Amino acid sequence: MTAAPKNPRTAPRKSATFDEHTLSEIRRAAATGIYDIRGAGAKRALPHFDDLLFLGASISRYPLEGYRETCRTDVVLGDRFASKPIHLKIPITIAGMSFGSLSAQAKEALGRGASAMGTSTTTGDGGMTEEERGHSSQLVYQYLPSRYGMNPDDLRRADAIEVVIGQGAKPGGGGMLLGQKIGARVAEMRNLPEGIDQRSACRHPDWTGPDDLEIKIQELREITNWEKPIYVKVGASRPYYDIALAVKSGADVVVLDGMQGGTAATQDVFIEHVGIPILGAIRPAVAALQELGMHRKVQLVVSGGVRNGADVAKCLALGADAVSIGTAALVAIGDNDPRWEAEYNALGTTAGAYDDWHEGNDPAGITTQNPELASRLDPIEAGRRLANYLAVLTLECQTIARANGKSDVRNLEPEDLVALTVEAAAMARVPLAGTDWIPGHNGR
Amino acid sequence: MSVETLSNTALDLSTLSVREINRTLHAAETGAFTLLHPNGAHALACGLNAPIDVSIQGHAGYYCAGMNKAATVTIDGTAGTGLAENIMSGTVRVTGDASQSAGASGHGGLVVIEGDASARCGISMKGVDIVVGGSVGHMSAFMAQSGILAVLGDAGEALGDSIYEAHIYVRGTVAGLGADCIEKEMRAEHVAELRALLDRAGYPDIEPASFRRYGSARSLYHFNVDNVGTY
Repeated sequence: MTAAPKNPRTAPRKSATFDEHTLSEIRRAAATGIYDIRGAGAKRALPHFDDLLFLGASISRYPLEGYRETCRTDVVLGDRFASKPIHLKIPITIAGMSFGSLSAQAKEALGRGASAMGTSTTTGDGGMTEEERGHSSQLVYQYLPSRYGMNPDDLRRADAIEVVIGQGAKPGGGGMLLGQKIGARVAEMRNLPEGIDQRSACRHPDWTGPDDLEIKIQELREITNWEKPIYVKVGASRPYYDIALAVKSGADVVVLDGMQGGTAATQDVFIEHVGIPILGAIRPAVAALQELGMHRKVQLVVSGGVRNGADVAKCLALGADAVSIGTAALVAIGDNDPRWEAEYNALGTTAGAYDDWHEGNDPAGITTQNPELASRLDPIEAGRRLANYLAVLTLECQTIARANGKSDVRNLEPEDLVALTVEAAAMARVPLAGTDWIPGHNGR
Repeated sequence: MSVETLSNTALDLSTLSVREINRTLHAAETGAFTLLHPNGAHALACGLNAPIDVSIQGHAGYYCAGMNKAATVTIDGTAGTGLAENIMSGTVRVTGDASQSAGASGHGGLVVIEGDASARCGISMKGVDIVVGGSVGHMSAFMAQSGILAVLGDAGEALGDSIYEAHIYVRGTVAGLGADCIEKEMRAEHVAELRALLDRAGYPDIEPASFRRYGSARSLYHFNVDNVGTY
């Protein structure tokens, strides 16, 4: 007698809504009672520069000869009011990252790499260190709500001042640096007890709103003899209005950071759910500048997910004057490098996914204050890698600009672009490829 | 127009711009200056960097004496928002009232407000000493890191919210304490500390023992889920 055949069973199916990552986060939250804190920017899939293409030249457009015909890359930032504007050889700057979140060696490497390529680097929430001032030919000094380490001497020895209203990873949120990274030097610079969790304010202590900001900018100019360009940095949320108000307040330069822009540490829920992608932020910002007659007079620097020369070129084509990179610069100097895979595994992660920057255990010696780990990073070698990377970004951007017939990378324009998706077409305000349709444009 | 006497240079805002006046003050390494007709101008005498004396005869606007270093600035009138913000050293005194955020994020030096100070006095202070002859508004000493805030009058709501290691002394009533701020014992060393500060600020007749002391409970220094309601 043979057994009755079993009924076939439906294969186990995991929920798309409650996926592995979601389930693990629920278990982690239930076990700890605290939100997940991590570094870096938004990791979810977002409409991005990959959804845009350049058209290039053909019969209707005339290309420039690659390698032979000039394609300029230099840019001047901050010549609206400042008597000493910033002159960059390439339209790619290094974003603000603090000593504290990064090791002194990492800050030095960023300064070395940027200086070698004739561009600027930027301090962060924690003051200016000798390492970065000494190795940065052009240094932008951030003016943040916490005012950690803020002093008029550093203000005067900076090359530009960046008033930080917010950043793309957490528009509306303040800084965060947990006790593991508040070592003796960081504690002294920030005037905090060693080893405590730092809780930074999200608003500046002595001004609210654009009318106050205008007076604050006047004060900063007075203190620095009207020499330094004043940048205003905002996280991408309501870019049309925020950029207009920054211009009204007297900014020389506005910096716009999309949600893919990294942070040293903040709540994962903040990073992934507040703010908008940079792709959707650039055109409203440029529209505000154009309507005020200030496009190219107040320069626009954009950031948040810039990875290659095509991304740079797309930002410029959409109307930016320069871009800023943070995460990509850290990767260039060695962050998340597979050579440390065994140590990433020991930390419960893997190369490419390591984002517990707040814990200070970075095997690559970058997001740490541990002297042994930090000593692994050779700032000279790492600076060289960053310079190489910046050179590649520049060459790639020039390649695309020449192919579109442009003798200056900033001559790239929206007309050179098309979109691969309806979403990207609507956000970037360029037509869907092969059509003349820009969703939401002219009532269509 | 500037009028120079043997020991004092008068700078008149009815004929000189703020830029011209600040440029003159920044260039001076010593000396005394009197600013006339300020009429609430902003950013007056900010960024001073030398041991000069500046007397402002009238009302000052926002950020008067901002980021002061070494200089002595006296405002014979009232001061707008951000008086002596981020002061590093020296002394800034206002004979009248000060608007919000007086002494904000100050790293050192002394700020004396003989009248009342509005909201957020001493917000984010990092070593400055502030003495208020009258009362202070709400959220004063918010996130105060170090230094001393002494209030001869009353304090508004949420005093010392999220305070770190600053010392607060209040002689009058406190409408309410902010998160992690508690009343602490007034020990002999605190009486001595306050005595010295009151003398520096020009209040030798005020008795330090008449004050109550407030500071950090330090319960928010490391995240604890049981304190979640106070974050």
